[in-house]
Amino acid sequence: MPDVLKAPLVVEFPFTRSLGPVQSAFLTGLRERVILGVKTRDGRTLVPPVEYDPVTAEEIRDLVHVGVTGTVTTWAWNHEPRRGQPLDRPFAWVLVKLDGADTALLHALDAPGPDAVRTGMRVRVRWAEERTGAITDIACFEPYDGDDSEVTVHAGEFEDPVHGIVAQARLDYTYSPGRAQTAYINALAERRAVGERCPSCRKVYVPPRGACPTCGVATVEQVEVGPSGTVTTFCIVNIKAKNLDIEVPYVYAHIALDGADLALHGRIGGIPYDQVRMGLRVEPVWTEGGGYPDHYRPTGEPDAEYDTYKELL
Amino acid sequence: MTRDIAVVAFAQSDTLRSSEEVSEVEMLMPVLHDVLAQTGLKTADIGFTCSGSCDYLAGRAFSFTLALDGVGAWPPISESHVETDGAWALYEAWTKLLSGDADTALVYSYGKSSPGSLRDVLTRQLDPYYVAPLWPDSVALAALQAQALIDAGDTDERELAAIGARSRATDNPRAQLKGPVPQGDYVVRPLRTGDCPPIGDGAAAVVLAAGERARELCERPAWIRGIDHRIEAHSLGVRDLTDSPSARLAAERAGAFERPVDTAELHAPFSSQEVVLRKALGLDDATRVNPSGGALAANPMMAAGLARIGEAAARIHRGESDRALAHATSGPCLQQNLVAVLEGDPR
Ligand SMILES: [Zn+2]
Repeated sequence: MPDVLKAPLVVEFPFTRSLGPVQSAFLTGLRERVILGVKTRDGRTLVPPVEYDPVTAEEIRDLVHVGVTGTVTTWAWNHEPRRGQPLDRPFAWVLVKLDGADTALLHALDAPGPDAVRTGMRVRVRWAEERTGAITDIACFEPYDGDDSEVTVHAGEFEDPVHGIVAQARLDYTYSPGRAQTAYINALAERRAVGERCPSCRKVYVPPRGACPTCGVATVEQVEVGPSGTVTTFCIVNIKAKNLDIEVPYVYAHIALDGADLALHGRIGGIPYDQVRMGLRVEPVWTEGGGYPDHYRPTGEPDAEYDTYKELL
Repeated sequence: MTRDIAVVAFAQSDTLRSSEEVSEVEMLMPVLHDVLAQTGLKTADIGFTCSGSCDYLAGRAFSFTLALDGVGAWPPISESHVETDGAWALYEAWTKLLSGDADTALVYSYGKSSPGSLRDVLTRQLDPYYVAPLWPDSVALAALQAQALIDAGDTDERELAAIGARSRATDNPRAQLKGPVPQGDYVVRPLRTGDCPPIGDGAAAVVLAAGERARELCERPAWIRGIDHRIEAHSLGVRDLTDSPSARLAAERAGAFERPVDTAELHAPFSSQEVVLRKALGLDDATRVNPSGGALAANPMMAAGLARIGEAAARIHRGESDRALAHATSGPCLQQNLVAVLEGDPR
């Protein structure tokens, strides 16, 4: 078996999320070193507070100021912190019931080791130095052996409240394209377009995806197609894409390579954009070390008859 | 209207730590061919197709549309997809068959966890305001639940180790981890390697059929007597982590408590979660739990829950069970739970 192709794939996205009134008060409170809970109608205080009662689903809005000290209800020792977690040295994950609250908040506890942690131990919030109105405004919890903190009603009103958060996320993958696409990519490196034929309906798929979507069977027979092909349809791109060094307007087209039963897509060059047409005969233009055709240009042959490619539209 | 609906076939792939030499559809297709061959059905004979998968696992957007190539979905078929475990796809297919819109359904699911870092990927399913920014990984959250169970006196580390060992004593040829496996070091204390599921890529598929059609396709159909799914409150700190009221309610609604079951296939990815489920579902030693090895032997994400239903059904097909409970879960600390009760015709 040939070597498996692999490439790093990073999926990174900043989610901008708006907050409801209770979430807004809670996160703004963290910025101001105040922890707010919300009262349910049956008198329980939920921390972290939510917009709707988790049992009855009714809207809840009565905010209460709870303590910055509390009690650990369960814990787990994390000896190998991972990216993004609150502390970069070993710590305990904890659920903490803050004084005045009936539910527990998930966070990290900074402790010297697992022997220093137990359920029922008293802890207190350690605030982050820079606070923006986010759960990470609590840097972590730390062990504490003083009195309970005081609990008061709070209007939840602050100057300049936060109404949203930007949640950064990044996940790292190692992408492998699978058998069929690996063969296709390897052939492209030799400037050949190799598709695969369905053993049942005989259609040739380029690029191959490993299965015939009509028959639901594996495509295995490799078939070299092209290099020339026919423009089956196209569009004119007028907006410059980020990080793409191509002058607009340009033409992006579906191209049915000779011998293929499925059109692939590519950019058309070497011809003014307003002269590209359905049926135009094109051939690939390779650049040194490109790995795939940079674009397709006219071959100069007469246009293909509509009937020869109408099934490929 | 009411119709009797049964699982008439089940197939699954091996679960492998890496499947980098095949794409998702290349991994899935043999399983689809296997399950269809068991019934003699072709794609065109299937009334409804429903799949379960999650794009975050392999980092590929809309990957389920590519997987459909393996079904042969052209000309267009009646099809749907859920972005979770295939057990919920089975639930959707069951309602479709109940409605009378279709007599047969193909349900499949697959997951490729190997391209990413699964523990981190799973943090993205958490509450995005209060929890996800802390990146608590799947093992950490399960460990909080395990410690709560230990504190409550419901279990201890020795019992947890025994659950892992019993699970992996299975003879299931598809299991990823089998036989004696060292209990290992803490991953996140109190959970050790042996308390955690192996990370693997795999796929599973079942065929459902209604009424007489089921009897034509299968010698001893596994009739779905009831199926229901329920969810816990969103915030972990609101829940009693040592119990699973949602699993109990789903089981009650599925009729699990009307008569004892002889077999239970539980989707408990962590040893400690089997303790929670046994308690919530009232299972004692009279019920054989996870003869397939369960998720501690193989836990292909998005397929492991569907495989529990499939494994329970296959035992009924083979005459090794008359009444079985199958359970699937999704989310942190058994957040969502589905329970199905399956029965074979009297022998
Ligand atoms: Zn075909």
